[in-house]
Amino acid sequence: MRLLPRLLLSFALCLWASIAAAQTLEELVSTLPDGNYDDRAAVVAQIAATGDDRALKVLEVLLAGDLEVLDSNGRVVQIRKQGRDDFASDILTGEDYGEVPSRGSSKVRVNNSLRRDIRTAIGTMTLRHPDPARRLAAAESAFRSPDPDQSELLAEALAAETDPKVAEALAEAIAAGTLALGGSEAEKLGAVAVLRAMGNTDAKTVLSGAATDPDAAVADAAAEAVHHIEQMQNLWGLAQNVWFGLSLGSVLLLAAIGLAITFGVMGVINMAHGELVMLGAYTTFAVQEAIRSSFPALFDWSLLIAAPLAFLVAGGVGVAIERGVVRFLYGRPLETLLATWGISLALQQLVRTIFGPNNREVGNPSFMSGAFELGQMTVTWNRLWILVFALAVFAVLLFVLKKTPIGLQMRAVTQNRAMAANMGIRTGWVDAMTFGLGAGIAGLAGVALSQIDNVSPNLGQSYIVDSFMVVVFGGAGNIWGTLAGAFSLGIANKFLEPWTGAVLAKILVLVFIILFIQKRPRGLFAVRGRAVDA
Amino acid sequence: MTNFTKTLLGYSAAAMLMGSTAMAESHGGDTIKVGILHSLSGTMAISETTLKDAMLMLIEEQNKKGGVMGKMLEPVVVDPASDWPLFAEKARELIEGNGVDVVFGCWTSVSRKSVLPVFEELNSILFYPVQYEGEESQRNVFYTGAAPNQQAIPAVDYLMDNEGVERWVLAGTDYVYPRTTNKILEAYLKDKGVAEEDIMINYTPFGHSDWQTIVSDIKEFGSAGKKTAVVSTINGDANVPFYKELGNQGISAEDIPVVAFSVGEEELSGLDTGPLVGHLAAWNYFMSIDTPENDKFIEDWWAFTGDEKRVTNDPMEAHYIGFNMWVKAVEAAGTTDADAVIDALPGTEAPNLTGGISTMLPNHHITKPVFVGEIQDDGQFEVVWETDDLVPGDAWSDYLPESKPLISDWVELKCGNYNTETKTCGAE
Repeated sequence: MRLLPRLLLSFALCLWASIAAAQTLEELVSTLPDGNYDDRAAVVAQIAATGDDRALKVLEVLLAGDLEVLDSNGRVVQIRKQGRDDFASDILTGEDYGEVPSRGSSKVRVNNSLRRDIRTAIGTMTLRHPDPARRLAAAESAFRSPDPDQSELLAEALAAETDPKVAEALAEAIAAGTLALGGSEAEKLGAVAVLRAMGNTDAKTVLSGAATDPDAAVADAAAEAVHHIEQMQNLWGLAQNVWFGLSLGSVLLLAAIGLAITFGVMGVINMAHGELVMLGAYTTFAVQEAIRSSFPALFDWSLLIAAPLAFLVAGGVGVAIERGVVRFLYGRPLETLLATWGISLALQQLVRTIFGPNNREVGNPSFMSGAFELGQMTVTWNRLWILVFALAVFAVLLFVLKKTPIGLQMRAVTQNRAMAANMGIRTGWVDAMTFGLGAGIAGLAGVALSQIDNVSPNLGQSYIVDSFMVVVFGGAGNIWGTLAGAFSLGIANKFLEPWTGAVLAKILVLVFIILFIQKRPRGLFAVRGRAVDA
Repeated sequence: MTNFTKTLLGYSAAAMLMGSTAMAESHGGDTIKVGILHSLSGTMAISETTLKDAMLMLIEEQNKKGGVMGKMLEPVVVDPASDWPLFAEKARELIEGNGVDVVFGCWTSVSRKSVLPVFEELNSILFYPVQYEGEESQRNVFYTGAAPNQQAIPAVDYLMDNEGVERWVLAGTDYVYPRTTNKILEAYLKDKGVAEEDIMINYTPFGHSDWQTIVSDIKEFGSAGKKTAVVSTINGDANVPFYKELGNQGISAEDIPVVAFSVGEEELSGLDTGPLVGHLAAWNYFMSIDTPENDKFIEDWWAFTGDEKRVTNDPMEAHYIGFNMWVKAVEAAGTTDADAVIDALPGTEAPNLTGGISTMLPNHHITKPVFVGEIQDDGQFEVVWETDDLVPGDAWSDYLPESKPLISDWVELKCGNYNTETKTCGAE
């Protein structure tokens, strides 16, 4: 009989305690928007300490910058964007407030130091998260900001960890903590060994700090480890330079390959080539705008949709240029140069009038964002996909030229126009198609370049000189030469850049090409035979 | 599509309106002509077109208030097409051909240097609204943008004191503004005890788009166990690929913050700002600053352009201040005569958009507050630090040995580069 009241009492106490905790979180959240960043940091620490299940969500939303206060009722809400509209739901109760006007709520602001605090707090809370990816992120965040309160938690988490990758990250975080916060000599030497094995830039950052440790043995070990990592990095630096060179080469290849057809094969000096690239980039922008407003789910496919459209738009403009202007000027290179230069200015100003002079935002689809680590080097996804894309375009072009009837006709017309005409080939039509093909490929280049450069009316100008350089260096009339030219210029540029700086590297490459052309006026892969004299 | 048509309609309507007002007024007879010398085509159009629109708006509003001294203002717009020598020609055309009384214009330092002799020779007035490298003070030019001590130095102070930065990357585009600013900053940092090996200086060509090597160098430089920051004087279009590469290589503002002097709201509007959140910019004005003056300015701007997506930025505010100072000085002098207005301008006060009153100084620079803002994911800046008072612009940097003894004073000394050691004017 005495048991029951006690049970009741303890039950009531439990209930009260949980209510009190819940109230605290609610109170804390409602005070979050007040005060300055330091006040907010204190509230964040308190929120993390409540142990409430919902605290994690609050902090994550705050970190993402989606936590706002409704002006109408002062509720702290999470904002979700759908297209151009904002939808709010209560951060704690999840109650839906529907669509809110974009100026009807004010954001709970965060700055860098607050962001660091939030990340640390989230890290502490997710060290034992069921998802290994979250635990890994938590360990990495602990590595970056060693915190004395975290040491024990990290050790416990390591003891309980089953995933070897996460365990390794936790051990590294503990090592970084030991070096930053102090420990015995043996512990520190152990930590140095762990980080030496880790061997990347982050480890080097921590070890460089430890190289000034008052304990001589630790300092020496750390200095030796830094030296070891640097040597490893120098080796990898070579690989990294080759990769950077390939990546720059792929951009050059994309920009130049269309020109390899119009200039290399047809012999037309097309100064508007860069603007055709720009049109491709603007097509991508237009496609993305349409997708953003109508089918947001398709965003990751936007580039695939944009590619054929860009080919058609730029190709169409190319055909129009050829039929409208260039065909009257065959055999008069100077006039062609001036006329196409005029067209390039006209196209630029046209785009400026329609889209405005400002840069336009072209987003990266998710598969093209971020990077992955390959050994000691960072490979960014967008560059990797552009390399793949450039090679694919090259392969398709090669196939079209060598294996299709239209390709055969193109080669026939450029090699001997009179003979081709006698064989019944409509040379005028083939000229238009060839020019259109070159222009269309320039449009494809624009799709890729929109991912790494800005989409502005000036986009094309920065590539036109490089494109001519590649085609002339590789040997006009040979698209294999363009491939070799693009990659060798890219790699040469990237190996020179760390020594000489970007400005001088560009100049040196230009000087090299001038000297090279003196020696081999027809470029790397000279076209031999009658075509040369035609 | 509807948005696009709207913009198109808006543009054509604005163009028609401009055409008709200009025509109506040119027949009006007694007007005061105001020259606008900003590139509307070419590379710099991205930045300068906005300033042209801002000037047209300011002039329109002044006319609604009854003009200046009872006369209507008439804007004369020319397009120097981002071509530096053409700036000088167009300036001459404005002053001699159109007979304008004052010119608002230029963006790049090289365009300003190109028009200087024209303004001196024809004795006219230029208001220059952009932050610049200093080391100049000319009788006919009024510098309403920031001098290095109103932007670069306070930003570095912020990073040093608040973020504890010890290692510095000074990255810039290869031309006069970044080179001079970095020279001043390098001298300043060394003055503050930063060692030679903790400063990395890097220049890139205009429109540089392949940032892989430089970003990976910055990452490498930042791994020396000391907090590192990048001070960026990278200009114009090159910023977009730079920030994209930073984001892709995983350098966040929490690891290595970048503070930029040439990236404002306008530049960010063409960018997916997600990966940039937390990077910094130092300016004398941000669109996000909450004052009644700024709210009104933004409302007016949206009404004028008919587009609620248009942003305002620092050089626009500089034109706002400069234009109001010129109006006050003309009214004080009672004439638009260049000599009288030049004499009346120093000491003239005009409200800025951030809640203070800026003053034109005898060295033809103005007092301004300095703000450091962090980029937010909506493309706006959140102010994280500001100076307590307005900072007076200093034409000649105190941190360069060759310009340390120089001062500029057009009121007492009538000299733009007076050497306080030799007590002579004109010694550079």
